[in-house]
Amino acid sequence: MRPSDVLKLTPAGLCCPLGGFHIDPLRPVERAIITHGHSDHARAGHGAVLATAETLAIMAARYGDGFTGAAQALAYGEALELGDVRVALAPAGHVLGSAQIVIETKPAAGPVLRIVASGDYKREADPTCEPFRPVGCDVFITEATFGLPVFRHPPAASEIDKLLKSVALFPERTHIVGAYPLGKAQRLMALIRAAGCDAPIYLHGAMERLTELYQEHGLALGDLRRIPAGSRRDAASRLPGAIVLCPPSATQDLWARRFADPVSCFASGWMRVRARARQKGVELPLVISDHADWDDLCRTITETGAAEVWVTHGQEDALVHWCTQQGLKAQPLHLLGYGDDGEAEPEDRPADDAGTAGAEP
Amino acid sequence: MNRFAAFLDRLSYEAGRNAKIRLMVDYFRSVPDPERGYALAATTGALGFVHAKPGLIRQLIAERTDPVLFGLSYDYVGDLSETVALMWPAPAGAAEPGADHKQQPPPTLAEVVETLSAALKPDLPHLLARWLDGLDETGRWALLKLLTGNLRIGVSGRLAKTAVAQLGGLEPDAVEEVWHGLSPPYTELFAWAEGAGGRPEARDPAPFRPPMLSHALEEQDFDTLDPQAFCAEWKWDGIRVQASAGERADGRPVVRLYSRTGEDVARAFPDLAEAIAANSGFRGALDGELLVVRDGRVQSFNVLQQRLNRKTVTPKLVLEFPAHIRAYDLLVDGTEDLRALPFAARRARLEAFVSRLADPRIDLSPLVPFGSWHELGAARAEPAASGAGVDADAIEGCMLKRRDSPYLPGRPKGLWYKWKRDPYLVDAVLMYAQRGHGKRSSYYSDYTFGVWRTVDAATAARELVPVGKAYFGFTDQELLELDRFVRRNTVNRFGPVREVTHAADSGLVLEVAFEGLQASTRHKSGIAMRFPRISRVRWDKPPSEADDISLLERLLAGRISA
Ligand SMILES: [Zn+2]
Repeated sequence: MRPSDVLKLTPAGLCCPLGGFHIDPLRPVERAIITHGHSDHARAGHGAVLATAETLAIMAARYGDGFTGAAQALAYGEALELGDVRVALAPAGHVLGSAQIVIETKPAAGPVLRIVASGDYKREADPTCEPFRPVGCDVFITEATFGLPVFRHPPAASEIDKLLKSVALFPERTHIVGAYPLGKAQRLMALIRAAGCDAPIYLHGAMERLTELYQEHGLALGDLRRIPAGSRRDAASRLPGAIVLCPPSATQDLWARRFADPVSCFASGWMRVRARARQKGVELPLVISDHADWDDLCRTITETGAAEVWVTHGQEDALVHWCTQQGLKAQPLHLLGYGDDGEAEPEDRPADDAGTAGAEP
Repeated sequence: MNRFAAFLDRLSYEAGRNAKIRLMVDYFRSVPDPERGYALAATTGALGFVHAKPGLIRQLIAERTDPVLFGLSYDYVGDLSETVALMWPAPAGAAEPGADHKQQPPPTLAEVVETLSAALKPDLPHLLARWLDGLDETGRWALLKLLTGNLRIGVSGRLAKTAVAQLGGLEPDAVEEVWHGLSPPYTELFAWAEGAGGRPEARDPAPFRPPMLSHALEEQDFDTLDPQAFCAEWKWDGIRVQASAGERADGRPVVRLYSRTGEDVARAFPDLAEAIAANSGFRGALDGELLVVRDGRVQSFNVLQQRLNRKTVTPKLVLEFPAHIRAYDLLVDGTEDLRALPFAARRARLEAFVSRLADPRIDLSPLVPFGSWHELGAARAEPAASGAGVDADAIEGCMLKRRDSPYLPGRPKGLWYKWKRDPYLVDAVLMYAQRGHGKRSSYYSDYTFGVWRTVDAATAARELVPVGKAYFGFTDQELLELDRFVRRNTVNRFGPVREVTHAADSGLVLEVAFEGLQASTRHKSGIAMRFPRISRVRWDKPPSEADDISLLERLLAGRISA
């Protein structure tokens, strides 16, 4: 059996005809397996959804309980037979509940073929989710959001240190930190606490629901507060010296004007490139990402032992070239509809809607 | 070096003046000598060493990376130093566990600067590669920018000196006074600022004296100011310059032409500097205006600009654009400091000094006689008929100086005033808007505006052609309204830029004030404006009534005056 018999590219996304399901489909399908809760991967309206319990909870929080006809949870490491294939989930280290999907053909159909669709993933330690676990396979499907050798993320702790030093140096200003409301925001809170800062952190409304969900899953995030209502002239309600987390679009929104001489910060892997940070008017770029950087993409491909690599959304060309140099068979899968190249005008997306303003690919 | 790089990195994103000063003070306070002194030198452009060429950097990266990956990365990042800084591979073996001892320790900035100042060109590749191996991404970026001479972080020398002054209770001008006698790493300067040492000796035979600046005259000032207490001069549209000359211990002359901010511009005006050096009567410091004078006639700022634009000063350039100083104050006569004397007394000394020089390149800025503010106002409106004659084109108003004013650094109150000629005005149409920086990053505060141009004389069809960009002149309230207008009337987007509706019957007219025009090949309109700012928002005026480019073209050709 060939890999292309197991997984096919269709307009709705990657489809496994043998198992009768799609992976992270872009449009409503009968049966979907969802890698993680970011809105470009997890959409409402499928007949049935299989995912980790955490991902199902995130989808319910975003879209309401009726987001799918039938929901089925599968824990990491558990396997399930679906049609002519076996399916298992392995942690992807991207956000709470994020999973790689492991698809195996059955021995009856000839030599067993194992394909891993990794969704979005990262290798750097993250206190808010299970660490990535490499799974040996024949075909590895990888993202390439940061698939250029210029993207090498520094340790997140050193970026948080930068933020806290700035807060200490400018105690009269508010630091407003743009961060995707699912995953990045909670990771920042956890990192700030790990750095020994226990001051209150103020949250934009778009962060609240998902942050509660992380807390319900046992994550301690310390003193979190709602931004107090108050007039702009009231000095205390302008939160001098505080850290405020909000969706990236809000840092440049009219909303940001209520704070005390705000320092505009943005936590994203894109901040590695100066022109990007400047274009967004960022004053304090924080290079913190929930995606693997170039070195980790390459390392992961090697660790899976896969002889064939399919490269999905992002900078496919460079990664495909690298694989070829390593003697691996590689091809880009031109999947459209995933990811955010960061160019979109942020304010055009409603800032209070976690689903659209909030998703990092 | 990594610490220095992190500091530069943060500075390069910070737009606010006070925030920049705070970052610098914090850095100078927490980093020891000589590291901080070299950092100060790097930010003020005071470091000199062999620069690395882009070719060398390309060669180093080509030896270490795949050409296809480099090409894709460079395309994406768009800046050579940054691309190389980001993709420079970890040295072989560094990633292995327990390999720490193999890794190069990061160099300090002091090590880089001291090594480079002694280095020869052939040493560069090896040195650079070794340092790059030891640094992190930001450190490599800063090193490459420093070595290629492209460190631009928006910090003026003045700002850096202000930060040094703030380490202790010094005035920035006090730092200026000693600055030119000092060299990196400025150990004595820091010791003085921090109260750990005395004032460094001004050993420079031709030091900079911080200039005295004026306030803009306002309407109500006429009621309180006594005309008898003041002298008036023309305000020249050139470059304020302080010509300072002295002698070294061995008798060799030293000449400096300082700009208002204390940069020595003598290299761009060797004709003047050499004349001063050769004239033994010129020892001291005078304050005046640098102008181009041809055939006894002062040329407009445009002409001076043409000389300034040239990178190399050729004999032909010097002949074509003869530099000249029109003197208006004498700060030091020989070795005698005159700054405490009243203006009237200094003026008498200046007149004697200039006549002693007998150099056609240096003359006196004449006093403008007047009895009342009304009389002076008339002279200001008609300089040509009020004694300025053919030089009137280079005059942009009057200066008023109290007869009893000593020469004080900075902008003391109540002593000197500038009464500028009214600016030119044009009604233009808002075409594009872009977000500001820092505090203004949530506002569309940078405005590109245009005027009408006839594209088809037969049908009288017109189009708007952009003529300038302004980002100040409006009040906070007007900014709110302009921002709202932009957001509601966007017709197109190009990255961070919004195109705003601009047709004959819909759009916004801005009254733009500016100081002058220059011909420019870089602008589609062929015209560049000097100091444009929004003087009024004409909510009442339809775009069809905005001005035509022929108005500006006539102004440029000198056929009309304001
Ligand atoms: Zn994602």
